[in-house]
Amino acid sequence: MSDTGSASMLRARGLRKEYGREAGLVRAVDGVDLDVAAGETLAVMGPSGCGKSTLLHLLGGLDRPSAGELWLDGRRVDQLTERALARLRRAAIGFVFQAFHLMDELTAAENVELPALLAGCSPRAARRRALGLLERTGLADRAAFLPSALSGGQRQRVAIARALANDPLVVLADEPTGNLDSAATLDVLRLFDSLHAAGQTLVIVTHDPRIAATADRLISMRDGALVDQTRLTGGTTGHLGALAGLEG
Amino acid sequence: MGRIVLVCRLAARDLRRRPAQAVLVLLVIAAATATLTLGLALQGVTSQPYQRTRAATAGPDVVVSAFGQNGGSAARLMALARAPGVTGHTGPYPLANPVLRAHGHAVAVQAEGRDPAPAPIDQPKLTQGSWVRPGEVVVERSFADVLGIRAGDRLTLNGRPFRVAGIAVTAALPFYPMESPGQIWLTRADARSFAPSAQSDAPPGQPQPPDFVLNLRLADPAAARAFANAHSTPGLAMLAWQDTRDQDATLVTNSRQDLLIGSWLLGLLAAASVAVLVGGRMADQTRRVGLLKAVGGTPGLVAAVLLAENLFLALIAAAAGLAAGRLAAPLLTSPGAGLVGAPGAPSLTVPAVALVAAAALAVAMIATLVPAIRAARTSTIRALAGAARPPRRRAALIAASARLPVPLLLGLRLAARRPRRALLSAASIAITVTTIVAVLAFRQYAHNAQQGYGMSGLPNPQTTRDSQVLLVITVALVVLAAINAIFITWATVLDARHPSALARALGATPQQVTTGLSATQLLPALPGAIAGIPLAIGLDAAVSTGQALPIPPAWQLLAVVLGTLLVVAGLTAIPARIGARRPVAEILQSELA
Repeated sequence: MSDTGSASMLRARGLRKEYGREAGLVRAVDGVDLDVAAGETLAVMGPSGCGKSTLLHLLGGLDRPSAGELWLDGRRVDQLTERALARLRRAAIGFVFQAFHLMDELTAAENVELPALLAGCSPRAARRRALGLLERTGLADRAAFLPSALSGGQRQRVAIARALANDPLVVLADEPTGNLDSAATLDVLRLFDSLHAAGQTLVIVTHDPRIAATADRLISMRDGALVDQTRLTGGTTGHLGALAGLEG
Repeated sequence: MGRIVLVCRLAARDLRRRPAQAVLVLLVIAAATATLTLGLALQGVTSQPYQRTRAATAGPDVVVSAFGQNGGSAARLMALARAPGVTGHTGPYPLANPVLRAHGHAVAVQAEGRDPAPAPIDQPKLTQGSWVRPGEVVVERSFADVLGIRAGDRLTLNGRPFRVAGIAVTAALPFYPMESPGQIWLTRADARSFAPSAQSDAPPGQPQPPDFVLNLRLADPAAARAFANAHSTPGLAMLAWQDTRDQDATLVTNSRQDLLIGSWLLGLLAAASVAVLVGGRMADQTRRVGLLKAVGGTPGLVAAVLLAENLFLALIAAAAGLAAGRLAAPLLTSPGAGLVGAPGAPSLTVPAVALVAAAALAVAMIATLVPAIRAARTSTIRALAGAARPPRRRAALIAASARLPVPLLLGLRLAARRPRRALLSAASIAITVTTIVAVLAFRQYAHNAQQGYGMSGLPNPQTTRDSQVLLVITVALVVLAAINAIFITWATVLDARHPSALARALGATPQQVTTGLSATQLLPALPGAIAGIPLAIGLDAAVSTGQALPIPPAWQLLAVVLGTLLVVAGLTAIPARIGARRPVAEILQSELA
């Protein structure tokens, strides 16, 4: 796999995640070496159960590897305590989930400001930042809406705004368009495109080749291991909708 | 008929699927019904021993005591003996108040001078030893028990040695310490020898005329109170036999009142426990409810199954409570040492049994109704998806929490999601603190009474028994409240799985989440604990027939509030920690699944 050396925003070496024992041993992630450069958009593809989501959870510190090494922005993070990992997630990583995972009882603005509040930001500054991000995601007029009053695409855009609340080094997206229709998928892709243009590092796990086609680089996984890598020339800098086949 | 069989079959299978929860529901309702049974079983048991004692001692209808020089005239008492309606009398007997010393105690007593021959009215019944002789005394049994005196022991009266000839009971006076100071009998000559030396109006160097007591028998014993009221004059103390009976009964009636109040408090806590348990089960059963509806079950059927399960458990709990209360009642119906005979097995009337069963069913019904209706109303699709009940939104609390440290922010928001659960938690703590404050107030009262009686540190059988009953109720309430706190925390932990995992994914540390979950319990516990103090004072004012209990010192009240919060924090820390330990990715993935 590629090695971008010290310029890597994310770097994994021999990353492994195992479940069970002996005969029941399952290697969800099996010796993955990976580098993601700063500002790069990386797409991870593969069949269901190949370990894509587990890899994403390991990269984001949501889960601990059984073996291997992981660096974020030059800092080794696989041996951090649970508390330190929480701080790392708070400050440096933004997550976007397929199921959105918004708090049902909080409005869009309250959902977006939550990471900033957890990071100790003042309520006023957190709200100002949240409203700015909602405007950036085209949801300024939906700030006071509860998730139940938003469409799927709008919810995912709120989730993306939330992922950006603390200016993360990396945004990790797990099947971000898996629950969306074509129009909403296009909205989300446009948003990722703008993030990429702004230099945001993105790792997107997806089943959808049209989404993968928008990345700078595509890696494929099978049985927990990386089996293929393709550098894409079009990337998100091309005509996104046409490239992804989402526009007529 | 087929529908009833179906409901019963579904309810039985569900109970078998969750035996631990069924046992817990059964236990909490049984604790409340057992206490209620105890309270009801004590009704009316006290009059039997008094009547037996009155018959065995030829108890007088009215006892007249003449105190001081003005009333201390035997002639004046004899005039009463000739009053209309009086058919017999014994006395007047001289009274004195020497200081008795025995077994390290020094206490003033009422010494009554008696003839060696048996009296036709009020002849105390010996339970040990023999009747009075010169230089020997007979001690009233409840007083003797407190002092640890037995027949044959030695004691001194104003420094003069006496031998205890016997121990006896009487129906003429209430038992010690209702009759304070304690009662002893001795010969007339010995009693007169303790008359105080010259005081006030008495000529210098001459003994003051003693006080006297006269026992009267009336033609109509039922009219004893009316007779006492009609002939009451300054310097004369009249005591009708009904008043003595009622004062003796307080030993058990106080316990009965404590138990009845305790049973209602336990019932409320039991309802809270069952509500939390059933609510928690509903969260687990959402898919099953959906399945039941999908295959044609009506909302009514779903509600009926849930109600049937808990009403069935309530009936078993009522039976268990009735049996436990019935077995434990004799421990509290002992008439005390001042009376003879056993009270007999406490009787449980059909209305009492019906009341206990109705209370158990009411507890189960109240606690189950809301979850049952909620289950019946849940949409089939939503239930099949196993979706959790949507949380409540409290905009003001969410806005306010933004200014708080992270654990409090999480705690307040989690508490605000389930206001009914927070209310149950607060109510549970308030009831517990009410009881603890009531116990403290009672101890303060007992302490003050001890000081007031001048009992020289002697234990008071009345307060001892009341303390024991209160202790039993308090332990039951505290245990139930602790179970409640654990249930509620566990239900909160389960309900907060997703928001907690999400908070951790967004950067909250496990410690912040654990503390937040504890704060979810502590936030309603604080107002609950504070509310318990005025509730205890209000409860005392509402049920107190005489003097209200004193308010415990401020430091004790503060200690109760802080101690309660500390216990709640301790009890909730473990489930909260376990809940916060589960990997975030696993929870978020399972939500997705």
